[in-house]
Amino acid sequence: MASVNRPNKQQNHPLDDLIRKDRIPHIWCPGCGIGTIFASCLTAIKECVATGKNGFDLDKFVMVSGIGCSGRAAGYVKLDSFHTTHGRAIPFATGLKLANRDLNVIVFSGDGDLFAIGGNHFIHAARRNINITVICVNNLNYGMTGGQVAATTPYNAKTTTTPAGNAENPFSLPLLAYASGATYVARWTMLHTRDLTVSINEALSKKGFSFIEVLSPCPVNYGRRNKEKPLETLKLYQEKSIIKNGADPSELDIDMEKGIILGKFVDIDKPTHSEKYDKLYRIE
Amino acid sequence: MEFWRIPFDANEIDITLGEVYILDDRCKGCGYCIEFCPRQVLQISDKFNKKGYHPPVVVNPESCVNCHYCEVICAEFAIYSVEAVSCPNKN
Ligand SMILES: Cc1ncc(C[n+]2csc(CCOP(=O)(O)OP(=O)(O)O)c2C)c(N)n1
Ligand code: SF4
Ligand code: SF4
Ligand code: SF4
Ligand SMILES: [Mg+2]
Repeated sequence: MASVNRPNKQQNHPLDDLIRKDRIPHIWCPGCGIGTIFASCLTAIKECVATGKNGFDLDKFVMVSGIGCSGRAAGYVKLDSFHTTHGRAIPFATGLKLANRDLNVIVFSGDGDLFAIGGNHFIHAARRNINITVICVNNLNYGMTGGQVAATTPYNAKTTTTPAGNAENPFSLPLLAYASGATYVARWTMLHTRDLTVSINEALSKKGFSFIEVLSPCPVNYGRRNKEKPLETLKLYQEKSIIKNGADPSELDIDMEKGIILGKFVDIDKPTHSEKYDKLYRIE
Repeated sequence: MEFWRIPFDANEIDITLGEVYILDDRCKGCGYCIEFCPRQVLQISDKFNKKGYHPPVVVNPESCVNCHYCEVICAEFAIYSVEAVSCPNKN
């Protein structure tokens, strides 16, 4: 066997410098995927700063969240952050970016917050090509309030408000983002955390509106009602996911029978809102 | 590390070895790190942490290859690996 020199016992997690340690353990339930996605986001920020590209600077990152379990992220990051009102993370983020273009603004929030109450803000920020990054934790329901049906709940899935199954069709978030004009669109699951980190890094480096959907287990509400133990949800992600970069956005419905398509679907360049605005109104 | 067939250049290749650290009181016992470690380094322990969860324990320290997967899948900032200073396969 190889000989190993054991270094001294360290008790610092590599992300300890970016979290508010006094608030850890956080509120997220055992097996919840939000913490993993949050950690991936922090790692991507760290990597961006380490490259020194694009003038990345920790003091210039801001995290904005709405309301929900996912929305708690803003309260755990040791960077400037805003925990805003329900559905309004994107308007706050837009204001920040317009007022101070040097900031790297990240919206980290849930599917209910971003696509139900906040759905209109999402499509308009994408249409305007506001230069921000939106990360959506999609756990297919309203976790925080006890597991109600969301705009992302699959057909026939059980929630507190759809006890016999959801009769409605869900949004396909990447299709919505693409159709609204986003310049970067990707989807991963919390199990694909390395791809996710690379993707968040790319999205942060992207000039324009970038969007990443991340599938995440909510074992306490969605999982329990749909007879999925947390490890079973992760196994589903492992077995049912197909990585297909550049897939047609219209083929991205989440269907566990057919498989869930992951990857980067859109990565295009076009002028941002500020660039277009300056052209008409800030003529030098 | 065990090999099914010893590679010809086994003497020249340094296999990265890792050392895992667990912050017991942050763990919520989800078991993801245990399940998805590619080298079966971890196991659930019998001990309870402050919050009443069973944190993982390292059972195969010499198998860890410092892939950091336990670290990146953990939602609790409760586990991480560092490279162990090693002189592998030279003996
Ligand atoms: C104006 C307003 N309406 C409703 C609520 C109740 N509420 C709190 S969180 C939430 C849904 C959160 O769902 P999601 O964004 O998916 O977050 P998750 O908890 O699933 O991470 C709702 C409806 C509220 N806080 N404010
Ligand atoms: S209720 Fe669901 S989404 Fe909220 S912390 Fe618990 S598992 Fe996560
Ligand atoms: S670093 Fe990799 S091999 Fe080592 S314990 Fe963690 S998951 Fe297992
Ligand atoms: S992944 Fe983290 S929280 Fe889950 S059992 Fe391992 S150390 Fe504990
Ligand atoms: Mg949700």
